[in-house]
This record gives sequence, C-alpha cells and structure tokens, in this order.
Amino acid sequence: MATVSMTVNGKAVTGVIDPRTLLVQFLRENLRLTGTHVGCDTSQCGACVVHVDGVAVKSCTALAISLEGAEVTTIEGLATDGRLHPMQEAFREHHGLQCGYCTPGMIMAAVDIVNRRGNDLDEKTIREDLDGNICRCTGYHNIVKAIAAGATAMAGGSAADREPPRQAAE
Amino acid sequence: MTATGIGAPVRRKEDHRYITGQGRYTDDINRPGQAHAYFLRSPHAHAAIRGIDTAAARAMPGVIGIFTGDDLAADKVGGLICGWMIHNKDGSPMRAGAHPALAQGKVRYVGDHVAVIIAETLAQARDASEAVIVDYEVLPAVVYTASAAGTETVIHAEAPDNTVYNWHLGNKDETERAFREAAHVTRLDIVNNRLVPNPMEPRAAVGDYDQGEGAFTLYTTSQNPHVARLVLSAFIGIAPENKLRVIAPDVGGGFGSKIFIYAEETVCVWAAKKVGRPVKWNSDRTEAFLADAHGRDHVTHAELATNAEGRITGLRVKTTANLGAYLSTFSSSVPTYLYAPLLSGSYDIPAIYAEVDAVYTNTAPVDAYRGAGRPEATFVVERLVEVAARELGRDPAKFRMQNYVRKFPHQTPVIMMYDTGNYAASMKKALEIIDYKGFGKRKRESARNGKLRGIGFSSYIEACGIAPSAAVGSLGAGVGLWESAEVRVNPVGTVEVLTGSHSHGQGHETTFAQLVSDRLGIPIENVSIVHGDTDKVQMGMGTYGSRSGAVGMSAIFKAVDKVIAKGKKVAAYVLEADEADIDFADGHFSVKGTDRKLDFGSCALQAYVAHKFSGQDLEPGLKEGAFYDPTNFTFPAGVHICELEIDPDTGVTKIQRWAAVDDFGVVINPMIVEGQVHGGIAQGVGQALLEGAKYNSDGQLVTASFMDYCMPRADDLPSFDVGMTVTPCPSNPLGIKGCGEAGAIAAPPAVINAITDALGHEDIAMPATPQAVWRAAQKSVRRQAAE
Repeated sequence: MATVSMTVNGKAVTGVIDPRTLLVQFLRENLRLTGTHVGCDTSQCGACVVHVDGVAVKSCTALAISLEGAEVTTIEGLATDGRLHPMQEAFREHHGLQCGYCTPGMIMAAVDIVNRRGNDLDEKTIREDLDGNICRCTGYHNIVKAIAAGATAMAGGSAADREPPRQAAE
Repeated sequence: MTATGIGAPVRRKEDHRYITGQGRYTDDINRPGQAHAYFLRSPHAHAAIRGIDTAAARAMPGVIGIFTGDDLAADKVGGLICGWMIHNKDGSPMRAGAHPALAQGKVRYVGDHVAVIIAETLAQARDASEAVIVDYEVLPAVVYTASAAGTETVIHAEAPDNTVYNWHLGNKDETERAFREAAHVTRLDIVNNRLVPNPMEPRAAVGDYDQGEGAFTLYTTSQNPHVARLVLSAFIGIAPENKLRVIAPDVGGGFGSKIFIYAEETVCVWAAKKVGRPVKWNSDRTEAFLADAHGRDHVTHAELATNAEGRITGLRVKTTANLGAYLSTFSSSVPTYLYAPLLSGSYDIPAIYAEVDAVYTNTAPVDAYRGAGRPEATFVVERLVEVAARELGRDPAKFRMQNYVRKFPHQTPVIMMYDTGNYAASMKKALEIIDYKGFGKRKRESARNGKLRGIGFSSYIEACGIAPSAAVGSLGAGVGLWESAEVRVNPVGTVEVLTGSHSHGQGHETTFAQLVSDRLGIPIENVSIVHGDTDKVQMGMGTYGSRSGAVGMSAIFKAVDKVIAKGKKVAAYVLEADEADIDFADGHFSVKGTDRKLDFGSCALQAYVAHKFSGQDLEPGLKEGAFYDPTNFTFPAGVHICELEIDPDTGVTKIQRWAAVDDFGVVINPMIVEGQVHGGIAQGVGQALLEGAKYNSDGQLVTASFMDYCMPRADDLPSFDVGMTVTPCPSNPLGIKGCGEAGAIAAPPAVINAITDALGHEDIAMPATPQAVWRAAQKSVRRQAAE
C-alpha cells in the first residue's frame, strides 16, 4: 500500500491505496465521487474525464499515485457556491444529454476545449475536439450546440465561472 | 399550450443530477460488507468442459467463494429463458437448447460463463480466476450465419441442424402469382450487419440478501425491472416475487440490450445468499462486447415485383437470422414478428411472403437492439424500392409516392392494420428541407471538386406501442404488453406518479410530469415520477419498442381520469352540489353555472381529512391506478433523406445534409423527441458506415473494444434537419405513436441508397467503411472509363 495526497475540488485529501489504483478508482471508491464514470477501460470513451492541474485527463489512464500534489477538479467540483458552471447550464438548456452517463466527461472535456480554443467555437472545431468522448444517446447534435453556447456563456461569466488557466501537468 | 404543458419543450427535470455528477447508477451503489464477483469466461467458441479444478484458486488471497454450473444446478437454479414461442411452418414448436447461467458440460461462445469468483476485491477475484484450471475439449466452431445450418457440428442437441425454426408469414400463392405476372423484378442480396448495442454504461449488478427477512434485493441495469423480477422468480427460481426486490436506478442507456435477463445478474443475486455478503459485479467494456446481446445479423435474398405501370405488386424475402449460441429473452420474436410484418413498408403491396430460418451459432446471443427487426425490414424494403426505381428509370421520390398507402385503415398481407398516416406529406416536407431541386447543381459542383455526391431516401414505417396483449399472446409471447400506472395525490396536492415504464435517457421524469401537470392543472414541480423499483411500483412491463409514450403514458392518462372522477365526488360533498354538476378544468373543480369552486390541492386535502362525507358515502383518500392494454400497434412513419459526398481517392464518406421528417402522432415534448431522432440517426449511420461486430473463423470476436469496433464520434456526423408532420394515433387517448427507434430504423437505407447513388452501382455492404467505399469507388471509376 502507498499513501497519496492531492487536492480534489479544492479539498486536501490523502489516501492509502494499492499502488495499481487508477485515479478514477481513487475518486470513485476512496472519495465516493461517483460522478466520474468508467465507460470503456481503454481511454476511448472519455466518460472519466477530469481536470488535473487545469487540463483534461482521462482518469482511467492515470495512476493515482503518480498525481501526488496535483489539483484535481471533477464534475462535482465544477459548480461554485451552488451556482452551476455555464457549461453545465448549457448542457441542460440545449438538451445535450439523455442517459447522463457520458455527461460528466463531456462537460469536463467541453470546458477544456474552451480553455484551449477560446470562447468562439465553430461546429467543426467542436466536433473535432470532441474526438475523445463517445455519446451513444444524443447523436452529438445537441452536445455541439450546448458546447458552443456554453463557450459563449463562459466569456460573459464572472471570473468565478472560469477554470484556472492551463498549466503543464507535472 | 402552457409553458410546461403537452407540446412544450420543457427542460428536463432529471438533468440537474446528471450535470452535477449526482446521478445514481448501479455501479455507484455499494452495500456494507460487499464482495466482488468476476466471471471466468470461455476463451473458446465451442468446447466440451471435461473438468474444472478450483482448488488452487480457492487458496488465493481474498477469495470468498467460487461457483460453477454444478453449484447452480444443486441449488435448483433454473436456466435463462426465451419468452416468445415461435412455431415452424409445419406448426411444430421452435427447437430451443438449454441456457444455464453458468455452463454445464459445454461452452458455446467466447465469453460464455464458466465460473464466478467472489472475493474481497475485484482485483483479487480477477487474480484468482487465472488459477482456475478448466479442462476444455475444443470443438469446431459454427460462426457464420449463412452456413450454420449446413455444418456437421451441432451446438445444441435439441436443434440437430443448428436451426431454431423455419418460419414464414404472408400470402405465398398470391406472391408467387405476382412474380409470375410481373413486368419487372428487382433482386437484391442483403447482409444486415451484426452490431453491438454499447450503451455507455456497462451492465452491472449488486445482489443483496437480508437473512432476517429472507428477502433478496437486486440492483441492476435494467430497462424492465419487473420483468426481471418475474423471470428471476417464476422461471429461474431465485425467490418468490414477494421476497425479491429489483431496483433499476439511473440506467445509462439501454437500446434494447438491458431488456434481457442475463447470467451475471442472476448469479450475483443468488450468490449473495450463498456467501452471506452483498455481491457486486460491473462489466468492463470488453465483457460487454463479448456477452451483451448483439443486434441484427441477417442474410437475406429479397425480390420486388412491379407491373407495367410501376406499381409494386409483390415482395418476397428469404432471410437467415443468426440468434447466437443461446436464445436470449426475446430473441426469437425479433426476426419474425418484429420483422416480417413490417415488410410492406409505407407501400400498398398486395402480396408479400417472407421465410425466415433462425440459426444457432457459436457467437454471443442476438436479441433486440434499437428498432429490433424493423430496421432489418426497412433496409430490405427501402433498398429494394430504391433499386427498383433506378432500374425502371424512375425518380425515387415519385416512385415511392406512387406506391404509398393512401387510404386508412389499411390491412397489409402481413398482419398489420395501419391506422393512420400521411406519407406523401412527410415526403414533400423532406424534399423541401433537403432542397431536392438543387441536388443536381450540388452534384455537379462536387464532381468539379473530384467528389462523388449522392442522395438516398428512406421512407420507413415501424410498429410501436408494443403491444395488444391478446394479439402478442396469439403470436407466441409469454407475457402481456400492457402498462401500469398509479397516481398518488398527497394531502397538499402534490403528486407521485408510479409507472411501470423505465427511463434510461428518454426523459420520462419530464414528459410524464408534463402530462400530469397539464391534466390536473398543477405546477410541474408538484409532480414526481417514480419508477425502477419493484417495491414501489407494483407491476410493469418496462421500456422498449417505443412503448412508453403510447402505452405507459396512456396508463397514466387513465389513472388521472380516475383521480379526476374521484375528485369530483369529493368536490360534490365539499361544494354541496350534485356530482353530475361538477366540472374540472384548469386545476379547479367547480359547480356548473355557479362561481363555487375548489382547487385541486384543497380537494386533495378534503379527500384525506374526510370531514365532509362519511366513510359509507365515499372512501377517503385520493390515489388511483390503471392498467392500459393497447388496442393496436402504433405506426410512426417518416421520410429521411441523406445527402453525402465520397472522396474516391480515400473512400471517405462525409454526410453533407440530413433531412428527417417524422410523424410520431401527438408530441408531448418536441425537444426530447428531436433528441431521440438525433440519437437514432447516429446509431443508424453507425450501422451504415462504421459499426460491425466481426468474429473470425474460430469464433473469436475481433472487435471487442472501442479501439476495434468503430463507434460514431462527433466528427463522423453532421447536424440534422428535423421536421415533423402529425397524424394523431387513433388507438390511444393521447394520440401518441412513439419516437424512440425511428432514426435507427430510417437511417441505414438512406445512407446506403445515397452511397450507391453516388457510386452508380449497388455493390457495397454495411458498414461502408472508407476501405469498402474506396474499393467500390474504383469499380465506379473503371465502369465510367469503360463507358
């Protein structure tokens, strides 16, 4: 067993874990943050996307023990002070979800797209940048609309709505 | 229409929990003291099991128990069932082999269940599985649909030629005459490719046993928890229904694959008592590929007869359907009663004859996947009609319109009585949306850029609202397909609606609340929908076959009627008027011709305090239930047109435009309905362009992950232009036809008709991958050069 400490959704956490524990397992099983989902085990579907130091990461692909000291944001940490993040609002407003299983990863990936590509996103950019996330319900039509709208709303929101600027992962 | 009433695009009530990570899926549920199950699966497609040695594995760290088929048999746990009896042409029953939850003596596909290892952690269970020694005698594998019946290898002794049934439907003599007298016959050989449903949430189960109560609880990823309880109780024999609770919490998509009662769920609930601990299993994606029921997999020869005037006079098909290694829960009905009755399409065809042979193979079981039989039928009809139009030199839209059913009701030669529709209206609207007139110009422009542009039509019909119980009973179903609802009004006028339908993405918590709020005149926030728990909802048949609107909501409609009727009795006492003089509208009971009225909440309170009437006059309380059994199938229909461009140098196909015009009858929430259409089209495009489950000749599934099986991604798809026409369904009180499967049914022939239009020949199969399209495009180029 090994000990790992990181900051998850603004809170310092420490866990004693089997060294083979994946970040997604640490989040779901140790911290009971079950909003992050596992859909494929092979880094293809993106249901497990979280942000590590401000950058989208597939948490089924990272060993928890490799993230000592990291700042992790999950879907549970996206809303601030009880206010939904603009991207969360946009997914609801534009019916960008059906069964909800891919949704946390989609929203986290969407925020990352805005962080990387800015607030004025065209359909082609969104579709290409969503390459790492699979949805089986929506046909992506409304997800694309939601991300475009969410990106615009993020520009208009207060600083509290913004993710921290992108940093290189340690 | 109010802002939250019937017809309003109400934002979904359920979304808050999903967008904040608070959804509660089966894998999110953990019971105190829970152990973890891992299934040891067959690495061989077909093998006799000579022995299983678990001694070394039992000594591994953390192992709690290891069980095999012998343990299930010793506990008299019954096998998995197929709930639909199909009869052969000669009237004899289908030939079904046994389907034990854990193998007994033989394994029949890669992924078949050999043993379950239960340990403190999943990792320990997996580690121990590697120490189980299974002595296999490998047998030849029967893999391919078309040749399964002709091989010497026998998969089930009960089905000596690997044939489950030889079935037929239609008017054979009239059909043969139609072909004898035809001016033209169009012939096609069609493979409907095998698909893996792949809801994003893999299946999962948590079995729990309460020793004090002697009662089981199964948390599971089910589209129909009551059917699961019924089967686990009455057929598999886990426990009587009153001692078995099945809970299907948030379920992350189903598409049919979570209808069925599988081995893993069965074993988890049984094992919970065996080991005295809750037992949890969560499928990984490769297990889902191996052991979730697959879809489609037909091989068909189809023919269409036309007369000199271009009228379709006959259609005949000979289909071989692959049902896999065992008969899954509803598998037998899919290539029969969900398929052949749709072969008339939207057309007035006087003579139709279908023969279907269903075969066993050493592959995963095949059962209903979004559309279930209807996509296969639609693909046959819409490919035949398109090719016939081309062969006859007719415009495909006009040829379709010439042959549409125009008078209703319309009795087809294959069971169905179409009740209403206006197919030409959908076609005209779709032609406008796609700008059909401008297609020639766009095609020329593509040609200038070195691209091949094509346009393809699909004018589908489906039979939904499944289904009148007596009718399906006469066709072999083991269950009735009604739905139940209970409307519980609380003393302050808030309402809980208990439904036997199950939502796994469809948004029932919103649409069902819209209906109740609209009819009772109360705020939508005051209505909660309860589903997915057999201890809360008494009975139900679940969600599949686009039935929850047409059947599930009709049951709610009936129960609301009863609540209003009871409310009128209460109001009559309170308002001191004759019950016959009480009206109910806009949330108020009122006395005709007076200004005396009582709002719904006050009426509810009066019903519960019961001060204004004696118990002899009227029972206190306000709670009513209803069962709704449909009187006919419903017939959603529509026209989808796909326009695409092929790069002949790379074989890459890009869909440029998609027009979808559907007639779903009355629409409760257009936002949700459009979302269903989008998702269905994406799955249909996936089938046409990307997806295909492939077994090699040894029966190994070589497409068992998202790296090998191509799921549609955002950049594979366009945005869709969705329009609607409405002819209300006459057979249910709301006029709903259903929308859940339409896109998946309509899309594949639209895509393939567009590709073949672009290529100028018909020689392409699904999935039309870039490699396949490139090869086909080379053939087009050679043909053009030769001309």
